[in-house]
Amino acid sequence: MSKDKNQSPILLKPACRARGGVHPVHNKFSAEQETVKLPLPERVYIPLRQHIGAPCLPTVSVGDHVYVGTKLGDSDAPVSAPVHSSVSGVVEAITPMAGVGGGIADTVVILVDECQQDDPNLHPITVETADDLVKAARDCGLVGLGGAGFPTHIKLKPNQDQPIDTLIINAAECEPYITSDYRACMEDGELIMQGIQTLLRTLQVKQVIIGIENNKPKAIEKLVAIAHEQQDEQNRIRVMKLPSHYPHGAEKVLVQVATGRRIAMGALPASVGCAVMNISGVAVLQHYINTGMPLTRRRVTVDGWAVKRPQNFWVPVGMLVQDLLAHVSLKSAPHKIIMGGPMMGSAQYTTNIPVVKQTNAVLLFDQENDLSAFSQGPCIRCGKCVAACPMSLMPTLIERFAKTNDIENLRRVGVGVCMECGSCAFNCPAHRPLVQYMRLAKEIERKGRT
Amino acid sequence: MEMPTKFTVSASPHFHSGNTTGTIMADVLIALVPAGIMSVVLFGQRSLWLILISVVSCMLFEYVTRRLLKRPNSLGDLSAVVTGVLLAFNLPSNVPMWLPVIGAFVAIVVVKQFFGGIGQNFVNPAIVGRITLMVSFPQYMSVSRWPNPLAIMNQADAVTSASPLSQLSDGSIPSLTEMFTKTTDYDPLSMFLGIRPGSLGETCIAALLIGFAYLCFRKVISPVIPLLFMGTTVGITWLFGQNPYYNLMSGGLVLGAVYMATDYTTCPINFKGKIVYAIGCGLITAVIRLWGGMPEGVSIAIVLMNILVPHIERLTTPKPFGYIKEKKEKSA
Repeated sequence: MSKDKNQSPILLKPACRARGGVHPVHNKFSAEQETVKLPLPERVYIPLRQHIGAPCLPTVSVGDHVYVGTKLGDSDAPVSAPVHSSVSGVVEAITPMAGVGGGIADTVVILVDECQQDDPNLHPITVETADDLVKAARDCGLVGLGGAGFPTHIKLKPNQDQPIDTLIINAAECEPYITSDYRACMEDGELIMQGIQTLLRTLQVKQVIIGIENNKPKAIEKLVAIAHEQQDEQNRIRVMKLPSHYPHGAEKVLVQVATGRRIAMGALPASVGCAVMNISGVAVLQHYINTGMPLTRRRVTVDGWAVKRPQNFWVPVGMLVQDLLAHVSLKSAPHKIIMGGPMMGSAQYTTNIPVVKQTNAVLLFDQENDLSAFSQGPCIRCGKCVAACPMSLMPTLIERFAKTNDIENLRRVGVGVCMECGSCAFNCPAHRPLVQYMRLAKEIERKGRT
Repeated sequence: MEMPTKFTVSASPHFHSGNTTGTIMADVLIALVPAGIMSVVLFGQRSLWLILISVVSCMLFEYVTRRLLKRPNSLGDLSAVVTGVLLAFNLPSNVPMWLPVIGAFVAIVVVKQFFGGIGQNFVNPAIVGRITLMVSFPQYMSVSRWPNPLAIMNQADAVTSASPLSQLSDGSIPSLTEMFTKTTDYDPLSMFLGIRPGSLGETCIAALLIGFAYLCFRKVISPVIPLLFMGTTVGITWLFGQNPYYNLMSGGLVLGAVYMATDYTTCPINFKGKIVYAIGCGLITAVIRLWGGMPEGVSIAIVLMNILVPHIERLTTPKPFGYIKEKKEKSA
């Protein structure tokens, strides 16, 4: 398609190659299954902190009746995102509870009623300016849906020094198994494109680049077709076919590959004139603008060797993993449960934790297929971690510096830039737990700074 | 299916490429098979025995030292086998059978285990084994005693003859343009196939290059070090008037560049460091070949550069993504 320029001015080639990275098997078994809506559980458990930043304070109290979309908590802190009810029912308790990352957060427990009414105060939103858009992104509680959960409104905020000229839509979905963004492309393509038009109009960007890996040809075809239909004269909406190469969906890597610009250590994409949004996030935002319904449910991929029929589910935020798994038929007894992808997701010790906004997958692995169950050996200095690091770090040296508390050297090699993508540990023939050492090293360096 | 109540918890990533130290070392051994077969073809059954003795004694020393030092057994990673094969490949076929045992002791016990085992030695064990033997037993290891495969195959008495490397420096090897017309002791094709005096594994360039291709294909090594190492040596010696083809084919250049200089533990782990290291190896080899007292410089060059590796790594540490210099300038 890209050979004939006149035929498809929409398809872009990457601006440059990404450094490092690895090639895990894709295993996107759930890709062609329609997303299934689940019956509601008896109770939902909605944590008041589902994002990076300050936790929300509850705006409801025990005994209150809430509707679908009623705000449950909010915060005055600059970096935060409000939380909404995903069901209608009665607030039974507000109690501390362990979440996906292991941290304890105040959680609103709601007893689900039978009528399931939407909040009567919800109404479509008019979005004219960039400020309207930022407000809408905040009000609907949108966070990075790919896993990190960084509040979206902060990334969209106009910046005086460096105006945003490029909007990058992240549809790379480079983690194995996960197909929730792919299903969003396939099922909500029109809504997404409408959302991109809204973003284009309000943010006044020069171009919109939808980055997607080439292992999803149907989604690429679909996005190109819709973009073609809705294109304005200037051809501002483009689709970029990325090589299937982990971690192309990482924000810094995606910005670099899409535009050739490098985000400095510790900076946001806005510092190089880019805004990055997850493709599912665009759909959520536009849905909010059209109906007033904030982020209360999401697509969750349920897959892994222990699952009989891999597929995506529409899961209300706050549904417990055990309630979700009650609707999943299993092949074998799960031995490891991962929230998120196999490269960056976190293994859970219990199923008694709620699905949150950034939970894009629940993966179940049985004992035989636990690929990380190897015994660790000494580093043989093969340099495979160095070659794999997309951030140009030397993980094995950092491991040594971390063990010796060598703050000066940790700072010299720039350990803070590590995003814990797991490429180093994936490649390590000695099975060293490099990501754990990187986390330790970052912590040591952070403490040494103060 | 019953849902268990206990689950395994581990840090991400939960996926792995499947590579282990053992599979990597097995790949290196597979890559050494062609050269091993050729050593038996060229130098006879004796070379098979030398390889076996060397491998077995390396494994034995590895096992015993680990045992005595109360460390876990590490035979399973196959690195001792690789060291054993490489050590044997560095010996001529007419050395006494006990010689590899001494080399194996130096390589495994002194160089490898005394410094902490795999991944900790600062020089290549097999090379230090060879150098020790060269220095301690010149009567067996000297170049002038190396047997010529032609003589062995014809079962003639004259087992030794001048090596192509010594002929390179005394000028009896013709220049690049004349080498296909002028008759010499060693024609270009037999140099490539390994029909010339030399140590077991170094002579058959064809077999070594097959192994090199396999290692690159399996991504065990990156071709940077071998290509730059060989390129630098050949280039510099050519510049000073020696025949580049014969320089590449003779001595242990290919064996050293492909299998010894690329030893994980003793070469830099970053790309830029590998470049500096490989050029350094090539440079020292060329200098020794051109002006040195020894006919062969590959092993000395590799050991010298091994020692410099920590410094090379420190000076060539890659700038992390989005690194900001002190002056707040963005790096390119």
